[in-house]
Amino acid sequence: MALRVEKRFDVPRWMDWGLPLISFALALAVGALLLGLLGVSPLKAYGEMIRGSLGDGYGISETIVKAIPIALCGLAVALAFTMVVWNIGAEGQLVAGALAATAAVRFFPLESPFLMIPLMVLVAAAAGGLWAAFAGWLKARWSVNEIITTLMMNYIAILGLEYFVYGPWRDPMSLGFPLTPTFHDAARLPQLFGTRVHYGLFLALLVAFLLRTALRWSRWGYEIRVIGQNPRAAAYAGMATSHHIVLTLFLSGAIAGLAGMGEVAGLQGRLQPGFSVGYGFTAIIVAWLARLNPFAILVVSFFMGALLVGGDTLQVVMRLPLSSVQVLQGLILFFVLAGEFFRNYKVCLRRREDA
Amino acid sequence: MKKGLLLSLVIAFAVCFAGSAQAFEAVAPEDLKVGWVYIGPVGDGGWTYMHDKGRVAMEEAFPGVTSSIVESVPEGPDSARVMETFVRNGAKVIFATSFGYMDFVQDVAKKYPDTIFLHCSGFKRAENVGTYFGRMYQARYLSGLVAGSMTKNNVIGFVAAHPIPEVIRGINAFTLGARKVNPDVKVKVVWLFSWFDPGKEKEAAKALIDAGADVIGMHADTGSAPQAAEEAGVYVVGYNNDMSKYAPTKHLTAPIWDWGAYYKYTIGKVIDGTWESDDIWWGLKEGFVDLAPFADDVPQDVRDLVAAERARIVDGQWDVFHGPVKNQKGEVVVPEGTAMTDADMLSMNWFVEGVEGEMPK
Repeated sequence: MALRVEKRFDVPRWMDWGLPLISFALALAVGALLLGLLGVSPLKAYGEMIRGSLGDGYGISETIVKAIPIALCGLAVALAFTMVVWNIGAEGQLVAGALAATAAVRFFPLESPFLMIPLMVLVAAAAGGLWAAFAGWLKARWSVNEIITTLMMNYIAILGLEYFVYGPWRDPMSLGFPLTPTFHDAARLPQLFGTRVHYGLFLALLVAFLLRTALRWSRWGYEIRVIGQNPRAAAYAGMATSHHIVLTLFLSGAIAGLAGMGEVAGLQGRLQPGFSVGYGFTAIIVAWLARLNPFAILVVSFFMGALLVGGDTLQVVMRLPLSSVQVLQGLILFFVLAGEFFRNYKVCLRRREDA
Repeated sequence: MKKGLLLSLVIAFAVCFAGSAQAFEAVAPEDLKVGWVYIGPVGDGGWTYMHDKGRVAMEEAFPGVTSSIVESVPEGPDSARVMETFVRNGAKVIFATSFGYMDFVQDVAKKYPDTIFLHCSGFKRAENVGTYFGRMYQARYLSGLVAGSMTKNNVIGFVAAHPIPEVIRGINAFTLGARKVNPDVKVKVVWLFSWFDPGKEKEAAKALIDAGADVIGMHADTGSAPQAAEEAGVYVVGYNNDMSKYAPTKHLTAPIWDWGAYYKYTIGKVIDGTWESDDIWWGLKEGFVDLAPFADDVPQDVRDLVAAERARIVDGQWDVFHGPVKNQKGEVVVPEGTAMTDADMLSMNWFVEGVEGEMPK
């Protein structure tokens, strides 16, 4: 007898939604064991997590606030991944977008929000886009591995951010602390219904819709899917692969740049270091869990937001240490990702056929 | 434009001080829930660890009071959510223990005027927002006396978190101490741009040791730099708490915090109903900052000198930034016979003579 792993050729329909659910349930079960060992009632803990993140308007609003940058970055990397270009640099592109938006406020402080906000959107997208397109150009021109370049450019962007907030853009009123001056009102993204949910939400929804449409229905979308699935066939068909690499990374970076703009203009109202907590990296998990489907990315981001927001409540109410909260969050992600394995492969017991 | 700025300043100050009359009602300890927002994990062995010791001391002093914490909260929009989660779960008092929470404290405090917020190391107050910090520079000066006495190469390395006044003030005080006993000392600074990054802290210490430093000073949250010093066989001055467990044979001393002193004071006032928005900046005298026990290697004459300098500071005759103090270029910034004001110290953004390092411009 032996265990054999075989690739699945056709995936049963039920697995699309069934597998994540089963994985999630298993994760909760293992998590319950862990919570039990910590001397905490699992039901109460899960209850608090749900209450904190989805239990009332405030919880839901904060979950959405958290989901906005994750969704935008998830959409950004998913676009690149569709073409099998590994953009690991959404974090840096997000920072580039935030920097550009801040520069717009600093150097072109328009009085009307109807001009100021579009300007910020534009420069943030351009900055994030160029940041990524540079890696794309290196790949297209010199075949430089984009995993390395996009990753390393994250650190350059973050150091650039530190340069500006500690240096030339520092608020003279901040007593030497690393903050830019607060943005004027026209440069603040409006927030909805007295919550912190800002207009970045509409950007995320719009981008998801546009991506879905373009990837599915446009010639461009078709070409990048072909390049991703079979670069040789694409070249044979005369598709301009190099051109697509640069353009797609530009668009990918532009979307991540919007996330950065949303964080500074929608939440902080100024630039200060540490505003991004690795959204660009969380986005990679999100994009995979959503199987690169733009609408699914929105859903998974919301789930991710709930997981993170609920984690706070666990610490506050259940007085659990952060590390056990993180183990719990990690377990859930691990199981859901592992579930994907069974979607692509089947494991069967088979008698060994000795020759 | 200028006028607008001035006006808004005046209004801001008016708002800051107008409310100082409001007192909050007394609370029974059993009804008091207190929340702590931590920048690092409790197990960092330094900054957050000491705050948590202070929290526990407060709990012991006021049976009935319940407290809870959230660890490793980034200094960004997340911190507002954490504070609001505390309030929504019944917290009446919230301590935010890192500088970067400042704006978010203000935002949440505006939304919940009946909740008391205390922000460590910031400068924005309101009716329900107080600030607190300690004159760590006094203890740093004393630790500098020890470091300056123990260096043979006259090169001291300093592992420094962020180039902000708090850290700069500490480096300056440390350098003034070291150069008081040894005017040839140079203090080399490496910036981490992080409060909590054990790997970077260790690397920075190693780099400084390679550059010839035979004593390491530090302003970071963990015991990593002392570990590096112990491994390399050079002396180290820790920070936050007695870090001798990280460098059992090389830990000279450390400037340390006793947050419990402040937490007990404040919670006591909240319970009595006498808390009002305040700006606490305690020092050696109040026991808020101090030195960890000396290593056996520290000679008696150095201990005596530290005791004498300490006495001068505690009884108020003298403080660290009394003139003459020169900057890196050798220009006198604080003339003889004058002293820096608290406001100048709180916004310090220049190095004293003897520091080798640059401020990011």
